[in-house]
Amino acid sequence: MIYFDKVSKIYSGDIIALDDINFSVTPGEFVSIVGQSGAGKTTLLKMLLIEESPSSGSVFFESTDIHALHSNDVSEFRRRIGIIFQDFRLLPHKTAYENVAFAMEVSGKSDEEIESDVPQVLELVDLGDKMWNFPHELSGGEKQRVAIARAIINQPDIIIADEPTGNLDPLNTHEIIEILKKINDMGTTVLLTTHNKGVIDSLMRRVITLDRGRIIRDDKQGRYVL
Amino acid sequence: MAQTDIKRIIRSGILAFLRNGFVSLASVLVITITLFVIGSLIFFSAIMDATLGQIKNKVDVDVYFALSAPEAEVLSLKRSLEGLPEVKTVTYTSRDEALAQFRERHAGDFLTLQALDELEENPLGASLNILAQETSQYESIALFLEDKSKLSEGENTKIIDKVNYYQNKVAIDRLTKIIASAETLGFVIVLVMALIAAIITFSTIRLAIYTSREEIGVMRLVGANKKYIQGPFIVGGFLYGLISSAIVLVIFLPVTLWLGRATEQFFGGINIFTYYIENFGQIFVIVVSSGVILGTVSSFFAVRRYLTPKYLKT
Repeated sequence: MIYFDKVSKIYSGDIIALDDINFSVTPGEFVSIVGQSGAGKTTLLKMLLIEESPSSGSVFFESTDIHALHSNDVSEFRRRIGIIFQDFRLLPHKTAYENVAFAMEVSGKSDEEIESDVPQVLELVDLGDKMWNFPHELSGGEKQRVAIARAIINQPDIIIADEPTGNLDPLNTHEIIEILKKINDMGTTVLLTTHNKGVIDSLMRRVITLDRGRIIRDDKQGRYVL
Repeated sequence: MAQTDIKRIIRSGILAFLRNGFVSLASVLVITITLFVIGSLIFFSAIMDATLGQIKNKVDVDVYFALSAPEAEVLSLKRSLEGLPEVKTVTYTSRDEALAQFRERHAGDFLTLQALDELEENPLGASLNILAQETSQYESIALFLEDKSKLSEGENTKIIDKVNYYQNKVAIDRLTKIIASAETLGFVIVLVMALIAAIITFSTIRLAIYTSREEIGVMRLVGANKKYIQGPFIVGGFLYGLISSAIVLVIFLPVTLWLGRATEQFFGGINIFTYYIENFGQIFVIVVSSGVILGTVSSFFAVRRYLTPKYLKT
């Protein structure tokens, strides 16, 4: 489904963020990417989101080289991915409902679909009563749940979660990971980066370990080893 | 673009306008000032035109006829003058009228009137007062009169006694130059002010949109295409322009009313309040379209900056 082929990223001043990365992800997998700060986790995800371009190598999604896509097709590609960030990145002037509805609007869903799906998904992440609150009126955990609702609303092929629990307390961390597991159980591929040893050890899923831009381990049922 | 898309973009633009209260207020304020300047320039031009027009009307040429000139010939000259494209009006003053005017002018001057009464015949000749379309055209009118005068000389006696253009030539030429440079200067001032106003508006809207750049990044990551991101900002710009122009059109009412009398007394008799009311339709169109164009075009270009690159960071 996803295939990184000899991908390297070198920033100006010869800073190597990614060095000859090769790996593939099959549909339905739950893959965690771990590594110290600056190991290249976020850069790797940015390659997949077409947020940054590789210095060499290619990233394939199914059989498409996504960095060869025309800029007009990029937005369509991104709609097939649900994204969750550490800093939530909600639209500050839209309510929880509107933030989730926005993802549906841009993919051309009808008003009827939006009106029936958005409340359902927000109920699913336990935010039925905070639907009309603005992000600044929500706690960190609640914001992250809105972000998850936004990520899954269009039933994407893959969910990318970039340190989604980085700003959350243990209880909220547990809840968010449980939601991600549930999403994965329903068949969606999940790509997660995290610093949280407990999370990785409890997941018992595939773990890719990065160090200074290189893959140093790739374990089927891995643990957090650094 | 589907109807739903347009509806969503408009709704999103209106909501963003309302929820971004402070940014909207600042943008509306700047466009209001800009439109106020543009509107004031319209009044400035009107006052300038009226003043220059009045000065132009003060410049004229008089043709004095010999006492023996027959009225029929004078009137035929008047008709041929009126046929010239350069000539705006020609006023005929007969010998009797000239005498009556002279008496009126010297009503208190007993000595002059007595001297006049001593004369048996009316000493004043008929005259034509010529007003040209432009002050620069008096020279050609004067030449035309000279030709006529020479022609009639051949037939019998000369009917034109004097054309006062030659006495006033230096003054008329100088005035023509002053009027021309005043018109150019006025045009340049209007152009420069309008340009400055437009640049300030553009910068303000760019700043307003700069504060939303992260939001634009999120929209792109969620998979929104250009029209979905740009659309609401353009709707916002349209609203800035519309609201600002409404404010300006209302503000102009008391302002022109207050200044109306002063402008009437100071500058060539134009009351800007009357001018505003009489030309409201035209001013309305200019102010509203300037506002809407400034708002939407500025927004369009300001957002485009964050949309064109394929990668969010390069």
